[in-house]
Amino acid sequence: MTKKKVLLKFPQNGVSKPFTYRLIKDYDLIVNIFKARVTPEETGELWIELEGSDDRIKKGLDYLKKERIEIIPLEKQIERNRETCTDCGACVSLCPSYAITMDRKKWEVNFDKKKCIACELCVDACPVKAIKVNF
Amino acid sequence: MPKTYEEINERIRKGEAVVLTAEEIIDAVGKDGLEKTAKEVDVVTTATFGPMCSSGAMLNTGHSNPKMKMQKAWLNEVNAYAGIAAVDLYVGASELQQNDPANSRYPGEFNYGGGHVIEDLIARKDVLLKATSYGTDCYPRKELESWINLEDLNEAVLVNPRNGYQNYNVAVNQSDKTIYTYMGKLLPKLGNANYCSAGQLSPLLNDPLYRTIGIGTRIFIGGAQGYVYWNGTQHDPTVARNKNGVPMGGAGTLAVVGDMKQMSPEFIRGVSMTGYGVSLAVGLGIPIPILDEEILKFVSVKDSDILAPIVDYSHDYPNAINNALGMVSYEELKSGKIQVNGKELPTGSLSSYRKAREIAAELKKQVSKGDFLLQEPIQNLPLDTKFKSLKMREGKND
Ligand code: SF4
Ligand code: SF4
Repeated sequence: MTKKKVLLKFPQNGVSKPFTYRLIKDYDLIVNIFKARVTPEETGELWIELEGSDDRIKKGLDYLKKERIEIIPLEKQIERNRETCTDCGACVSLCPSYAITMDRKKWEVNFDKKKCIACELCVDACPVKAIKVNF
Repeated sequence: MPKTYEEINERIRKGEAVVLTAEEIIDAVGKDGLEKTAKEVDVVTTATFGPMCSSGAMLNTGHSNPKMKMQKAWLNEVNAYAGIAAVDLYVGASELQQNDPANSRYPGEFNYGGGHVIEDLIARKDVLLKATSYGTDCYPRKELESWINLEDLNEAVLVNPRNGYQNYNVAVNQSDKTIYTYMGKLLPKLGNANYCSAGQLSPLLNDPLYRTIGIGTRIFIGGAQGYVYWNGTQHDPTVARNKNGVPMGGAGTLAVVGDMKQMSPEFIRGVSMTGYGVSLAVGLGIPIPILDEEILKFVSVKDSDILAPIVDYSHDYPNAINNALGMVSYEELKSGKIQVNGKELPTGSLSSYRKAREIAAELKKQVSKGDFLLQEPIQNLPLDTKFKSLKMREGKND
């Protein structure tokens, strides 16, 4: 079993189709939704984690691609610039998934991209703008 | 046997001084006791690195030809104060760019401001100076636009009318929406807690009664050697203190000054507080001479001995309601979690403890090598003043 976090970007009018239902029913995947959003232009964004065998995840994603849904692997979303970061810790208390943690021996702030659910709560809290969302 | 400044400086000059950081001294005293350690250790270094809005740069650009008495001026589109001598300028850390939308698009991003101008100058980046004036017989020029660089300025002095806050509030948010404050982003319903002090490493927490830190004290500021020139604004020494003399809330402050040309961007950073504004993070380090056992006892203060009040920034703080939701130690704050009203809150910090440590270690190195001598204060900081609120009144009294 693997887990894969992705951001799905739906085209206009694509929002109402039952994609998650298909992923569960037809591809036997566990689907965990972190965040969903419909933009004013009626396109949609869905942050999800897929859990299943590698093969089934691949097939599920292929199906989404055919439906013209843009798939962005989420691990690449939130980047912290190690050079500009001062390790102040202003972002630490905001992270709901423990992706940002303080090393309390070195007093350095660690970013674990694998744990990041791209909720963006930390992004505007960084005083030196070291955290960026990369789409 | 008490030591004198001169004796300690003599040992520093010879490269014989024993110097420890305010963290290291805790273990030393724990191991060897006060008496023995007071004899052995000469200097303890303290430090902090956090945003301090009360900062600015006093610059002298030199004269253009023809000459000009600048009346209005901008540095990289940030308003600079020109209501002083002809080519003197003051740029405040929290000043915004002319066209910054501020919080009209809430929460404002405040991407660039006075703090960043100061950082850019120190990083030896060119900065665009624009100025206008009305013209006089002696200073006829009315408009000026030129790139300037720190190297070419006559003087560039960092002034911090308030720095090194002795203890501070822990900020929380009891409302049901996220708020953006100078204490950072605070999540609703007690979602997190932010503090801003280096605790046991912080200068004034190691000299709670200002025995060695006073007017004239030589300090490390932004990488340069500078001085304490006065007590800081809002200096409030008469707040409640615990039995060790440590204030239980924001108390003493320092006004400090240093030459920007000797500073490094490593220790000076422009910062943007979303929804609040621009500021400047300043690295400050102060060596404390171990003149006697009492001073040693003060510098061996631990995070667990320093308590800070937990304050609601959604309602109580803005409405000047003096109401602490509880007291918490820096040991608890630094553990990552505190309890408020029976709820567990994750903690975050605005001042970098990693940077504070770096500065304390750097200062230790400089003192040990004989590059940094101690300066005895020429006047002590007041111990009896009180920080007042503004009494608003409509009628003129005189
Ligand atoms: S985006 Fe959210 S989950 Fe990711 S690091 Fe920031 S706060 Fe944590
Ligand atoms: S808020 Fe920014 S500077 Fe501070 S620790 Fe987080 S990423 Fe680093």
